[in-house]
Amino acid sequence: MSNLDTLLQILSWTLIISGSFFVVVGAIGMLRFPDFWARLHAASVTESGGVILLLAGMCIQAGLTLITVKLMIIGLFLFITGPTSTHAVANAALVSGLRPKSLATHPNSAEIESEKEIDA
Amino acid sequence: MIYTIAILAILIAMALVLIRLIKGPTLYDRVLAVNSFGTHTVLLIGVVGFWNGRPDFLDIALLYALINFVGTIAILKFFRYRAIGDVMWSPPQQDEER
Amino acid sequence: MGLRIHMYRLVKCSYKSAGFKRILRALNWETEADAKVAKLRFIAYALFLGALWLLWSGIYKPMIIGFGATSICLVLLITHRMNSVDEDRVPIELNPIKFLGYFFWLLVEIAKSNIAVTKTILSTSMPIRQNLFEVPYTQRTDLGQVIFANSITLTPGTVSVETETGHFLVHAVSYTADDMDALADMDTRISATELAVPS
Repeated sequence: MSNLDTLLQILSWTLIISGSFFVVVGAIGMLRFPDFWARLHAASVTESGGVILLLAGMCIQAGLTLITVKLMIIGLFLFITGPTSTHAVANAALVSGLRPKSLATHPNSAEIESEKEIDA
Repeated sequence: MIYTIAILAILIAMALVLIRLIKGPTLYDRVLAVNSFGTHTVLLIGVVGFWNGRPDFLDIALLYALINFVGTIAILKFFRYRAIGDVMWSPPQQDEER
Repeated sequence: MGLRIHMYRLVKCSYKSAGFKRILRALNWETEADAKVAKLRFIAYALFLGALWLLWSGIYKPMIIGFGATSICLVLLITHRMNSVDEDRVPIELNPIKFLGYFFWLLVEIAKSNIAVTKTILSTSMPIRQNLFEVPYTQRTDLGQVIFANSITLTPGTVSVETETGHFLVHAVSYTADDMDALADMDTRISATELAVPS
């Protein structure tokens, strides 16, 4: 029994520490990336990896109680609203005419790009 | 102990995001930073609750997540339409409303 | 504020004759079966709200449960009123077991792309190859399309930027030729979780 306990403790420690790592990495990325479009992805590292790992670690610490249910509801909510607000920010930036600084060339993207340069 | 590490990590991340919030050249950088800051706050409230031995803080964390989402959408909507309420009588930008 | 939205919906509905017919139908149920389904839905919603309250509050004193019952009644009243204006609802046409399988596949995918973006952030040279490209979707329902777009955004490294009919505009930070294939794979997986067209 106590063997299982220590195993769970170690698992939750690992989850929380790696979650903290992803949170910090996301913030570093937000500071280091050169333009807005790249920073979107840095923010989503925090929003997906950091949130999931931290909440999972806390779930294991809480055990089977109502607190776990609350944590899971928070996780579900962040899971739905996080991408939605990221999409909203990206879409607003696109509509306002903000474009990435440099784009890789790709047959699929070439024509959209030239078209967008004009109305930007 | 473990929570102290997590709290410190989240606080460092918040400080970095705050720098981006102040520096951010465009409006959208700032909105993104505010949104990210809100997510960090939700996590911080949850972790502080556990560190303190009072997981009831999670209610506040969920409330903060709700406000953060609605606030981000409201800011973006305001800067797009220059109005927070109904945009039904706005200039004919979107033609799907009729 | 609430009244204004209410009026706006009424006006908007009566613009289309089909919408006007829908109001009539909502106020005065067309068939017996319609009314039965509506009643069942009402009861299921009430039970769902009650369960959510009990899980969320964790304090089982008569006064707190009374507050819960009152607020559930209020919510039911408001949703019933809103429903009689226009019957707007999103049907969940997903296979729950397949969706659960997809969810765990998505978690693995998120972990992989998290590590990839972390490498990009922490490397000194910052190998960024940004690209905006179109990804076609094949989902039948609105909900399936929302799940696809949200999954694209949830995996770090790709963000869905614009939704147009037939395809999404996606931004990738470190673009490789494999990205299109990976997203097409995700697309077929989500389409597989959808239920077949009801005949």
